[in-house]
Formats: sequence, C-alpha cells, structure tokens
Amino acid sequence: MSIQNSTTPLGRDDLARLVARDIVPGSFVNLGIGQPTLVSNYLSEEQNITLHTENGMLGMGPEAKDEEIDGDLINAGKIPVTELPGASYFHHADSFAIMRGGHLDICVLGAFQVSATGDLANWHTGAPDAIPAVGGAMDLATGAKDVFVMMTLLTREGVSKLVGTCSYPLTGVGCVTRVYTDKAVFLIGPDGVTVRETFGCTFEELQALVPVRLVPFDEKAAGAVVGV
Amino acid sequence: MLTFIDTVGEAIAGIKDGSTVMIGGFGNAGQPFELIDALLESGATDLTVVNNNAGQADQGLALLIKEGRVRKMICSFPRQSDSWHFDAKYKAGEIELELVPQGNLAERIRAAGAGIGGFFTPTGYGTMLAEGKETRLLDGKWQVFETPIHADVALIKALKADGKGNLVYRKTARNFGPIMAAAAKQTIVQVSEIVPTGALDPENVVTPGIYVNSIVKVA
Repeated sequence: MSIQNSTTPLGRDDLARLVARDIVPGSFVNLGIGQPTLVSNYLSEEQNITLHTENGMLGMGPEAKDEEIDGDLINAGKIPVTELPGASYFHHADSFAIMRGGHLDICVLGAFQVSATGDLANWHTGAPDAIPAVGGAMDLATGAKDVFVMMTLLTREGVSKLVGTCSYPLTGVGCVTRVYTDKAVFLIGPDGVTVRETFGCTFEELQALVPVRLVPFDEKAAGAVVGV
Repeated sequence: MLTFIDTVGEAIAGIKDGSTVMIGGFGNAGQPFELIDALLESGATDLTVVNNNAGQADQGLALLIKEGRVRKMICSFPRQSDSWHFDAKYKAGEIELELVPQGNLAERIRAAGAGIGGFFTPTGYGTMLAEGKETRLLDGKWQVFETPIHADVALIKALKADGKGNLVYRKTARNFGPIMAAAAKQTIVQVSEIVPTGALDPENVVTPGIYVNSIVKVA
C-alpha cells in the first residue's frame, strides 16, 4: 500500500523539499516560475544540480541580493539572479534547443489541471476577457525528459485539479510524469495514476477526493520506494 | 555595408511606416531602450513588432504601444504585472496579437536567418496555439508545422562591437540578439563600447559582423 508519510497535508516549503530530494544527483533541471522556484532552496551541494533558465543560461545561482543585483542577469521570471562557477550563456534558440532536444532531465511546473494521462493545463484559464500569455510553458512541457508538477490537489472551491480530462486549454499532451501535491504524490504512467505516498489522508480518503481511478503503490512490485 | 553612426536618431531614420521590427531583449535585459526611444521620436507607425514581451511599465516598447505605433505584436508573454499599456490597447481592440510559444518564437526567428522555409516541432501540439496548422507524426511524436518570422529591421543591444561589426553580449542580455541580427534585412545595434578591430578574441565572437548593418554607441 501507499505510504502515509505525514499526519497533515504538506505546506509549500515541505513540498519543495520533497521535490528537491527526489531530483537525481547530476541532473540538469528547469524550475518554473512561482512555486517550483522554491525547490532551489532545498537542493544540496552534494546533488550537483545544474539549473537552466530559458532566457539563456545554465548554472544559475540563487536570487541576487543587494550589490549582486545586475539587470543583465535575470531568470525567466525576470528576477535578478547570480551565476555559479561553470555557468554558461547562450541565445534563445539554443536555450530552447536544449529543452526541445531532450537534454534537460527534469522540469518542475505549476498547473491548473493535470489529467490522468498526463495532459497539462497551466497557461490559460480560457476566460474570454483574459489576455493569453504562454511564455516557455509549452516548450518546457514538451521538451524535458521528466515533467514534474507541483500544485495543491484541490482548488479553493475544493475541486480536484487531478482530473479525467482537462477543462482548461492544454499546455501539452501526455507530458506530465509526476504530480506533487499537498495531499499526495502521484506517478503518471502507462498503467494509470499510482499514488506513491499520501500526506494527512489515507489512500481511500484520497480516492474519494479525486475523480480518477488511483492505484496504490506496490513497493514489492516496484522493488524499492522511489525517493522515499 | 557596415556603418558606424553617431546618434540613435540617424541610426533608425530609415525605418518606414508598416515595417516589421524585431526588438531584442527579454524583459528589460537586452532591450535597446535608446534605439526604441529614437524610433518613438521618429514617428514611424503601423509597425509589427517582434519581441518576447509586450512592453513593461512606462518605458521602451511599452511607450511605442501606448502611442499607438504598433499595429501587431508577435510575442510569447504579453501579460505582466506592469504591461498596462499593452493590456489597455488589447482590451480596446486596438492592437493585434500573435501569441507564439517562446521556443517556437526563437526557432521561427532562427529559421528566417538560416534560410529555412519552415519546420516541424512538437511544441504546442494538441493546444489551441496549433489550431489550423499542419501536423505530422515524426520520430514517434506529433509535430506542428511552423513558419519563419522575417523582419525588415532588428534593433538589438550588445556590449561591444569591433570595427568589423562583430558583437559580444553580456550575460542573459544576449537572449534574442544573435538570432534577430540574422533574421532581419537590416540590423541596427546599440553597444556600450566600440573596440578596435582585432581586440575581440575571434573564438569569443557571438554575432559575426556579417549580420550587422549599423552600429551606434550609447553612453
């Protein structure tokens, strides 16, 4: 059975810590704007992770403070950042070739909805008066070897964001491989949606919240509990 | 032919109404503010502008939009907390928007400079931004046909130029500069410094001077 790892749902920072811990050492990673950016706070030096930012840099360091701030050195969220030893700069077409060409190991994105088959909706609510803005979301969703989503499981109205079919406009088709939420970690694969672990609820309680058939994680079949 | 020009006003003087203008920069990094200000002052209008964004706050591209000089924006991310001039024009129906995923935007610009007539890419497949476009199953992935974006003029910002027009940039201000320089019929560059020919290490030149038409030094 899936492991209940916590008696309470995870907060944003706990979730970021969990994602950081699951990133394989030596990986090249892109962290999306917003909640995914928190993951960088919990990456250890020993993990030797290289961060990519789509505006043309590998080896991005932490957010710049005070005298470090340099208008020519920003991340995709246009926040001033720093460079680490071994950093490199490249133009936009190269930066997206890195993504589209399958060279990035993981990208971590936020989402409005994720479907049971890994479709992602995270760029547009579809509201008629909304000004659409996509940025690099579709390229990230399509390009990285693994796409992790970080989100709360439920909307403010209590509706599951893990859905059978996305009702919001899609960002990518069948691209999400893992979903980290405050209530559970879901693995999305050819066999459906597997619950790796739950936080503050049992598998049965989780299933009652989600309109998708969930499969409990079988530790023996999997050989080891991934990342736990 | 490469020319070195004294003022930004002279540098942009040839830009005609109705031109397609690529403007380098990602947010404010690499945005050629002085050239944009000169373009605004020149009165050129009915422009199609290619940039990642649609202007921020009350400067640069945002002012071109505010003054009604931009007929159409081709960009990936128009909506920002401080994109109020674009937002107002868009909601009033006074500006056209072609929204392009950022990597497709970059590759379409690159393709124009490289003489590519179009390409298939998996980005955007199955989304509303691919509606009406040709698709093919290639290498086991559904891909969407995208066409190049050409321009009459590119306005870009680099750190240094030498006497041959070779350019180097600074950090993430490089962004769209090199591909826009190649994609436009005429490339106008503002730099912080002009160094003698031979002073740039040829191994470190990012944009070869063949793509550059005009250089103006900006203090």
